[in-house]
Formats: sequence, structure tokens, C-alpha cells
Amino acid sequence: MSWDWQFFLQDTGGGETYFHWMMSAWGWTLALSGCALALALATGTVMGIARTTQVRAFVWIGNAWTELFRNIPLIVQLFLWYHVVPQLFPTLQEVPDFVAAVVGLGLFTSARISEQIKAGIQALPRGQRYAGLAVGLTLPQTYRYVLLPMALRIVIPPLTSESMNIIKNSSVAFAVSITELTFFAMQAQEETSRGIEIYLAVTFLYFISALAVNRVAAFIERRMRVPGMIGSAK
Amino acid sequence: MKLLPKTGFVLVTALFALSVSAQDLTGTLKKIKDSGSITLGTRESSGALAYTLGDGKYVGFHTEMGEKIAADIKKALGMSQLAIKFQPVTSQNRIPLVQNGTVDLECGSTTNNLARQKDVAFAVTTYVEEVRILTKANSGIKGIADLNGKTVATTTGTTSVQTLRKNRRAQGMDFKEVFGKDHADSFLLLESGRADAFVMDGQILAGLASKAKNPADFKIVGEVLSVEPLACMLRKDDPAFLKVVDDSIKAMIKSGELAKMYDKWFMQPIPPANAKVGLPLSEATKQAWAHPNNKPMEEYTLP
Repeated sequence: MSWDWQFFLQDTGGGETYFHWMMSAWGWTLALSGCALALALATGTVMGIARTTQVRAFVWIGNAWTELFRNIPLIVQLFLWYHVVPQLFPTLQEVPDFVAAVVGLGLFTSARISEQIKAGIQALPRGQRYAGLAVGLTLPQTYRYVLLPMALRIVIPPLTSESMNIIKNSSVAFAVSITELTFFAMQAQEETSRGIEIYLAVTFLYFISALAVNRVAAFIERRMRVPGMIGSAK
Repeated sequence: MKLLPKTGFVLVTALFALSVSAQDLTGTLKKIKDSGSITLGTRESSGALAYTLGDGKYVGFHTEMGEKIAADIKKALGMSQLAIKFQPVTSQNRIPLVQNGTVDLECGSTTNNLARQKDVAFAVTTYVEEVRILTKANSGIKGIADLNGKTVATTTGTTSVQTLRKNRRAQGMDFKEVFGKDHADSFLLLESGRADAFVMDGQILAGLASKAKNPADFKIVGEVLSVEPLACMLRKDDPAFLKVVDDSIKAMIKSGELAKMYDKWFMQPIPPANAKVGLPLSEATKQAWAHPNNKPMEEYTLP
């Protein structure tokens, strides 16, 4: 086995080097993961909260949402958004591939986040909710000022895992024409025949991306710590 | 007792002769003879060149040719039995599998190019692939120039992606690319209207179109975008094995057997759908057969 890293400086035939191409592919991976994570956090939190209310319609919607998106494999969901939905609703044919991938990956992850938010809220003693309501807060106020400040701190560790997962899961998006890192790896190794070097470089980029998320989340966790509460024991 | 030295001499000579013939065999030929089997690398979905029918059955033009080469190897080694094992490979793993000895001879749809020649050896070219444009018959697209402003599909992990990139740059064109994860996926992009054209190896396009619901809806148009010699791939630095393989292919060309095989897989109805690919032998492939060679892709020029 002989190493050859020189090819990263070769021209791809399109006026840039393989290294440039890999950096832009990395950019797509991060952009896709970031947008999907924002969508997942927003919808997942809403659905997770809905499932802990006493309003039956909200609970039903939250449960249905979660079960729908976590019981279908991610790649199948991406194909549904990319191939099937635009056929059913022709107006959606103009939606860019990137948006379809963000929606697919984001909603898949939202089901997992919904589950974690729900678990975080349910981990609190039931008395907290009653206390909030007893002092005259409305239900939304009880969530805003009593339940969520504690529940969200509790779920920072699982949400960190989920944020790292979304970067790794974004690799599936090559199947719906997103030119991210996995796409780069498959394509560039065919063109250069240097598969081992390419997969090593791509592995390293995935690794440092996920590790960076982990460090950022650890920082947030430290800054959010409240003495005397769960997660502050260090 | 006087005879003994002479008998001894004869015995020693005989033993020597035997050991020489065993030593003659090195590399892959020795491995095949010792193990009584050969492992052919094949593809699961490379159009009529090499594909699977399921249940571990592998067929196609290059697959059948590979079986014939194995039969010739058996003859050359004077073996009474030779088991042929098939190992399906992908574009990602075919070179490592040949290098590490899992696959002895890969006859699928591998392009002979300079980058690969650093890692593996190629037999003489048996098929010259031409990259073409497939489009809907009513699309009005007649060549690469008409792709300006259109969406073009191609398959991830193929050289066509690079061909398209080079063409785009050379001609200063602007089109959107979409990438299917495999050929069937790319064809779906064209069929569903997400893409206006599908750029890929001609025989793969012809094969996909022939299996469509309505083959007449699709048409291969325009100029040849790239020419790629396809050949069987084997381990590097094994001249004895390469010679046996090359001799077998040359004999098939001479006897007309290869042409018959081509006709069987490209002009006649083939399983599983009994559809015809309908792709007559190209001028470039005829040339490659007339003058057997293992020139890499870089030495070919566009017609």
C-alpha cells in the first residue's frame, strides 16, 4: 500500500482542485446539518411539549408526528420528499433539492428530539406543574417560566448526541443529489482511484465536525448550569 | 547394482523436470492450479455487459466472456476440473479486491485508464464505451449545446460526472446537475421530469430505455461525449496470467466467437425482461478488436 496525497492538488476538470471540492462538500454537509438541526429543534420541541399537555388533541398530534417520522427509515423518508411528494403536489416540483433534504433530515430528527423533550419534561416532579398553575400562571406561562427552564437543561446531553447524529446522518443525502462529503468520497475515489486516502480525509472531517458540536454543547451546558439543579454537580 | 547410479540419475532428472513445471507457474496461474478454482469479479448492474438475474446467477457479455477465458485457462493448465466462483464487485471495491487476491479476474465494466494502471493490469480492450445523452423523444434536445439552462442527470461514482464537468467548462455552459445514487435512480429522474437529460455510457442508456414502460418515449441523441476502453482487470506484474487471458480473448476475436457473444447480448432479447438493447457494434469497438491492445482511455480521442 503506497500513499499518495498529491492528487488533492490536481484539477478536477472543472477548474478547481480536489481539495477545494472537498472543502465545498464539507460546507454542504455542515449547511445541511445546520439547517436540518434548526428545523428539528423547532418542530421537535413544539411536538415534545404538545405531548406533555393535558389537551388530548395536542397529545394526539404530537404522538402521531413522532411515530410517523421515527418509524420510517431515513433514506426512505428522503426518497419520499424527493421523488414522491413532488409527483403528488406538482407545485412542489420547483423546490430545490437542498430544501427537500433539509426537510427530510430535519423531520426525521424532530421525532427523536420530540421524544427527548417529552422525557425531560416528564422527568420533573408533577408538583412543579401544579405549583405553577396554583400561583396563577396560565399553562403557557407554567411551561415558559417553570417547566421548560429545567427540562431543557436536563436534555442537553441527549440533544448533543442528536446534534452529532444529524451530521453523521446527513451522509445519506448523497442519495438525493446533495453534493456533500459522502458524495464527494464516492465520486472522487472513482475519478482518482485513491479511495483509501479520500475516505480517510472524509472520515477526519466528519469526526472533527461532530467533535466540534460536542465541544460547543459542552460549553453551553456549562454556561447554562444553575447551582442546585440537575447537571450542576461538577 | 551398477545400474543404480543411472536409475538414480533418471529419477533425479524426472523429479527435476516435475519441479520445474510446477515452478514455472507463478502468481495467479499457480493459485488457480493449486486451489482448483478461479474467482471472477462481476457486476450486479452494468447493463448488458454484466448483470445479475438474482440467486447468485451472473450473466452478460463480459460475464460470458470471463467464463470462456476461465475455460481456456483450465485448458492451458491441463486441469480436468476448474470451479468458477463469482464475486460481485462495485466501483468502490473492485480494485482493492483484485489487489488483495479476493478476485482473480474482473470482467465487468471497468475503464482502462492511467490512474488505474498504477494499481492493476488490464487485458486487451473488449468493448469501447461511448458516453452519450439520453433524453425524452419530445424534449427537442439534439446535442450537448441544447443542454444550456437544462437539468442533467448522471450517476454518482461514474466517470460521466467528470465528463460532464469537463464539457461544461470547455464550452462555458450553464446547466444544473442532479445525481442519482445508481443508474435506475438517474433514469427515474429523467422519467419523472426532474431532469431533462441523462448522460451515461451508451449501452447503459440503451438498456434502461429498452426496459422502460414505453421505450419509444426515449431517444439517445447528440455527439459522443467521451470514449472509454473497457477491459478485464487483473493483478499487476503477472505477465504469465495476462498472456493466457489475452491469448484467450484474441482467439475469441479471431474465431468470431466474441462477435457472436456481442450479438447475443446486445442485439437479441435478453433475460430477465426479454427486451432488446439494440445497440449495434460500434466503429470504435470494431477497431479495438481489429487491433487488440490495452491502450488507456487517455490515448483515445473523440470521433
